[in-house]
Amino acid sequence: MEISDSLVDHIANLAKLEFNDSEKEAIRQDMSKIVNFMSKLNEIDTENVEPLMFMSHDINVLREDIPAVTITKEEALKNAPKKDSDYFRIPKVLQGK
Amino acid sequence: MSVNNKYEAVIGLEVHAQMLTKTKAYSNDINEYGANPNTNVSVISLGHPGTLPVMNKKTIEYAIRLGLACESNIAPYQYFARKNYFYPDLPKGYQITQDKTPICTGGHIFIKTDDGNEKEIGITRIHMEEDAGKSIHDVDVYDTLVDLNRAGTPLLEIVSEPDLKTSQEAYNYLTEVRKLLRYLDICDGNMEEGSMRCDANVSVMLKGSKVFGTKVEVKNMNSIRNVQRAIEFEISRQIEQIEKGEAIAQETRGFDALKGITISQRTKEAANDYRYFPEPDLQPITVSKEQIETVRETMPALPRDLFFKYINELGLSSYDAQVLTDTKSIALYFEEVIQTTKNYKGAANFVMGDVKSFLNNRSIEIEDFPIPAKHIGLLVNIIDEGKVSTSAASQKLFPLMVENPAVEPLTLAEQNNLIQESDENSLITYIQQVINENPVETERYKNGEKQLLGLFMGKLMKVSGGKADPKLANQLLRTTLDNL
Repeated sequence: MEISDSLVDHIANLAKLEFNDSEKEAIRQDMSKIVNFMSKLNEIDTENVEPLMFMSHDINVLREDIPAVTITKEEALKNAPKKDSDYFRIPKVLQGK
Repeated sequence: MSVNNKYEAVIGLEVHAQMLTKTKAYSNDINEYGANPNTNVSVISLGHPGTLPVMNKKTIEYAIRLGLACESNIAPYQYFARKNYFYPDLPKGYQITQDKTPICTGGHIFIKTDDGNEKEIGITRIHMEEDAGKSIHDVDVYDTLVDLNRAGTPLLEIVSEPDLKTSQEAYNYLTEVRKLLRYLDICDGNMEEGSMRCDANVSVMLKGSKVFGTKVEVKNMNSIRNVQRAIEFEISRQIEQIEKGEAIAQETRGFDALKGITISQRTKEAANDYRYFPEPDLQPITVSKEQIETVRETMPALPRDLFFKYINELGLSSYDAQVLTDTKSIALYFEEVIQTTKNYKGAANFVMGDVKSFLNNRSIEIEDFPIPAKHIGLLVNIIDEGKVSTSAASQKLFPLMVENPAVEPLTLAEQNNLIQESDENSLITYIQQVINENPVETERYKNGEKQLLGLFMGKLMKVSGGKADPKLANQLLRTTLDNL
């Protein structure tokens, strides 16, 4: 399957990523390789095979509605690249609105 | 014929209701509104790698409750899906939701139409999913702040059929949905706080057309009234556009409550592609018939059932039944009152009149109302038995009951000299006194000025200290005067 520039643009947009032209070409080629490799699987006849969605046969793995405090705010914010004492800080999402 | 009459609107609503569970949908961190930012979180709701969600049992029960109330089909087998999109308040990069196997399909909610008739609005589906965190854009100049307390809050998404025709019907539908959620104790239905949210799908077409117009999704309405306003604006906007010969763009628009208009947010070209696929981290769930019956047995009374009970069994007017069932807590209070009295109309009048105006004056809810329901029932009974007059009950006894909620009304009436005189002999004594003290008026009455009866009645109430049974006193007074 040929990966087109517009498909790369679409996927990049969904992933909120931006590429310059040379990056885009590299990504396009990588994606083509991955998709072609995966399409090898299509050679197998799966006509009467139910898709496998779960790795076990368990059903109703449920939890009682009982609350617990497992981490503090400080721990929650610990790995954030940018934060203040209360919030995760990220670049402005809405610009000029 | 005005331009607007050429067209009809087609409206479908999507309601998101935050469930009143103690914990989140797929993790055991606390589910509550208004906590300090980023304190009700866990590694699961923060979306840390390697963590696994576990389904909250209670959310299934709540979804079944709503499904039963709407007479939906409950799916016996369900699995979850990942809805993928990137946004900073969704740390996992996907929302766990139900795509192919929603817990409820079909069913209906009854609403009032513009002309007061009942109309059935179809339910397409109800499914379980999780809320995202909250992004705060307007506090800091440079950064957006993210609070993940809300991330993972269990939601029910209720999707209606496009059966609504006017903004008023949409308003009535949302009022009914909110009432239902509150009666079922599964969501507090607070649109201002966002515990109930609504997106509207609106299109217009020529009247009688079989083909729907292009659908526009409207978001950002924080009250039922604003949903109505947004839909009203959107219908006019679309009609205007079509009249100008322009096509309607399929897009998402946000409502600006200050200006009362909708503004384009996202057009279809940039539309999201959510790439749903089965969630492998949550095992499928099954719902048995027995489980559904267990939930059915613990279902509270529903507003519509109470409404018809009040009309058909208690003989109340549909207006009374409507007012009493609008708020669950009022209905439950009334239910308790009628355990004590069989005068349903009298009980309804007292609850809708004296009790409700007291609540309004004090701006309190019935949960904080001091008088036990049983005492209101007893009060209605002693009025019926003629022991206290209606006016003494409202004006004197009721305030005393508020101050002394533990004392039964009859005892209070006795202690405070409010038992009305319905003893003929003592009433005759009062009547004699009034006649003796007003010889001129008596003479005039005898000469035909029958309208003076009111004046005598007033004086009689005065000498009796307001305790004379008005009906009996009036009767006796008239007889006595006419026979002079």
